[in-house]
Amino acid sequence: MTKIFEMPLYPYTRTADQDAAAPVRHTAMIVGAGPVGLAAAIDLAEQGVPVVVLDDNDRVSFGSRAICFAKRQLEILDRLGCGQPMVDKGVVWNLGKVFFGDRRVYDFNLLPEEGHHRPAFINLQQYHLEDRLVARVRDLQRQGAEIELRGGNRVQAVDDLGDRVRLGIDTPEGPYTVETDWLIACDGAGSPIRSMLDLDFVGRVFEDNFLIADVVMEAEFPTERWFWFDPPFNPGQSALLHKQPDGVWRIDLQLGWDIDKEEEKTPERVIPRLRQMLGDEVAFELEWVSIYTFQCRRMERFRHNRVIFAGDSAHQVSPFGARGANSGIQDADNLAWKLGLVIQGRAPEGLLDSYDAERIAAADENILNSTRSTDFITPKSEISRLFRDAVLDLSEHYDFARPLVNSGRLSLPSVYDGSPLNADDALEGGPARTRPGAPCPDAPAGEGYLLDRLGGAFTILTLDAEAPERVSEAGIDAARVALSAGDDPTGALAERYLGAARSAIYLIRPDQHVAGRWPAYDEARIRAAIRRATGQE
Amino acid sequence: MTDLTLAPNIAGPDDFYAELLAAHEGLTKAESDALNARLILILANHVGDREALRRALAAARHPGTDEA
Ligand SMILES: Cc1cc2nc3c(=O)[nH]c(=O)nc-3n(C[C@H](O)[C@H](O)[C@H](O)COP(=O)(O)OP(=O)(O)OC[C@H]3O[C@@H](n4cnc5c(N)ncnc54)[C@H](O)[C@@H]3O)c2cc1C
Repeated sequence: MTKIFEMPLYPYTRTADQDAAAPVRHTAMIVGAGPVGLAAAIDLAEQGVPVVVLDDNDRVSFGSRAICFAKRQLEILDRLGCGQPMVDKGVVWNLGKVFFGDRRVYDFNLLPEEGHHRPAFINLQQYHLEDRLVARVRDLQRQGAEIELRGGNRVQAVDDLGDRVRLGIDTPEGPYTVETDWLIACDGAGSPIRSMLDLDFVGRVFEDNFLIADVVMEAEFPTERWFWFDPPFNPGQSALLHKQPDGVWRIDLQLGWDIDKEEEKTPERVIPRLRQMLGDEVAFELEWVSIYTFQCRRMERFRHNRVIFAGDSAHQVSPFGARGANSGIQDADNLAWKLGLVIQGRAPEGLLDSYDAERIAAADENILNSTRSTDFITPKSEISRLFRDAVLDLSEHYDFARPLVNSGRLSLPSVYDGSPLNADDALEGGPARTRPGAPCPDAPAGEGYLLDRLGGAFTILTLDAEAPERVSEAGIDAARVALSAGDDPTGALAERYLGAARSAIYLIRPDQHVAGRWPAYDEARIRAAIRRATGQE
Repeated sequence: MTDLTLAPNIAGPDDFYAELLAAHEGLTKAESDALNARLILILANHVGDREALRRALAAARHPGTDEA
């Protein structure tokens, strides 16, 4: 059987650009058809912005790589029109077990909060995610959107010409040159664009190697996350077992820094380790093995004039907490509407600096979280090992110690506190979780869910408050979504958006983050908030 | 502002001190270190208040300074 990641999905074909006498000028180009580049491209195309994606490859990611996609990312994919196929394919899980040495110290149930359309997260191989993103690109093409996917196009030179960017591209039929007003570099952790522009990738905090193996198992293992600290089959390190769709299981074995990578990847080394982990009676087949090396670091700035970095090219984190692909998709979510408005002349270029402010803060939060997980999993000193082991020992007997166990904190979206785009929080008694800068939490609303009603444009959400059906300010149209606390008999909507307030008006950005909130409609303040949220104040 | 109690607060100080040492009796250095770590975590959870804990950490790290 040909595996999905061995099949060309967007094979190289010649384009008119290659035969043009002078370099053709595009509006927006994206380098990299990974999860981040594809998400950004779909978002731009949905806004009517023509976009070309270049990738040196022509297929989905090799092997499963990122496997855990969190609720916020699923909500973003919903907005991009492809959340459902991901959820249909993905595995939902809530149960887990934690092992320490040869003991099972406790079991947990994540008991996700009710009243959300999407689960807290799903497990889905990165190649399935990318496959469905490519399918969405094809849909949009059929609907006439100007979105192009060029496989076999390797960017090998990039020049910032001030008002545009020139790209040298190599193809199986030789090189060509194009120009673009804007370039989004989603070319991964090793970002050639970053190197070509001679930009730093600073803050190396931590180094480790992980053996990542996807195995197909015949045995019915439960759909749970199993995490081992210092197991007998991998002494002094950690291990993770996680279920993916298609009967595939992800096994992560931490290897430490000083290892022979080629040697560790051989079946002679891998299979006995897995046998020890899974037990002799379990039959399994290796689908994919890789050694994943990471550093925790980020670029100092993500925007460099007309070249903007997103995803792994801009920041890299440890795999604990599944923050790599998840945070990259949020980068795309944050950037695409801003760039769309700038390209359409509806917002000044300065709006793009808020991408830097907001997503650098988010990257720092992700790096902090994944560094803390790493410090717990791999204690760096005698005393930190002492406390780590004490926490694990206590967790076997006492509930209080379990929240201290850190085998990776689930990726949660950042709140853009202090963002230059936020208006003041004027809703007295309003819940903290929906303060300006926060991503809108989902809630039941009438027959469906709130986030499905918000879509991807500026929205004025009213809760038991009056407001005009539409406000147009400074080139931005904000349509009203009118709800009442009574639209959700479970009370979640009121709890999440009203708190102690009786009524509320929210201005919500296209990426579904709160820009401002008030107890009642105030024309002047809403207009000012729209200008502020689009960099026009 | 949460105060960290630094005035005497344990009834029967000598008895408590003896119990503390007794808890360590017969343990190796490594076992005692582990006990101490567990004890700190249990007590910290009992206190719960982050500000009081922060003050306690400061007082332990730099006895006699104003931070606590
Ligand atoms: C082996 C491995 C295991 C991983 N495991 C996990 C995990 O368990 N959990 C997790 O959260 N994350 C994991 N990650 C990280 C996760 O895969 C990334 O965070 C995610 O893929 C980032 O997406 P991206 O779109 O930014 O970059 P990528 O997915 O890396 O995509 C970059 C794209 O750019 C293209 N490209 C590069 N250079 C050029 C060029 N010069 N011209 C044209 N195209 C170019 C590449 O072909 C590629 O398609 C893993 C990564 C690896 C490598």
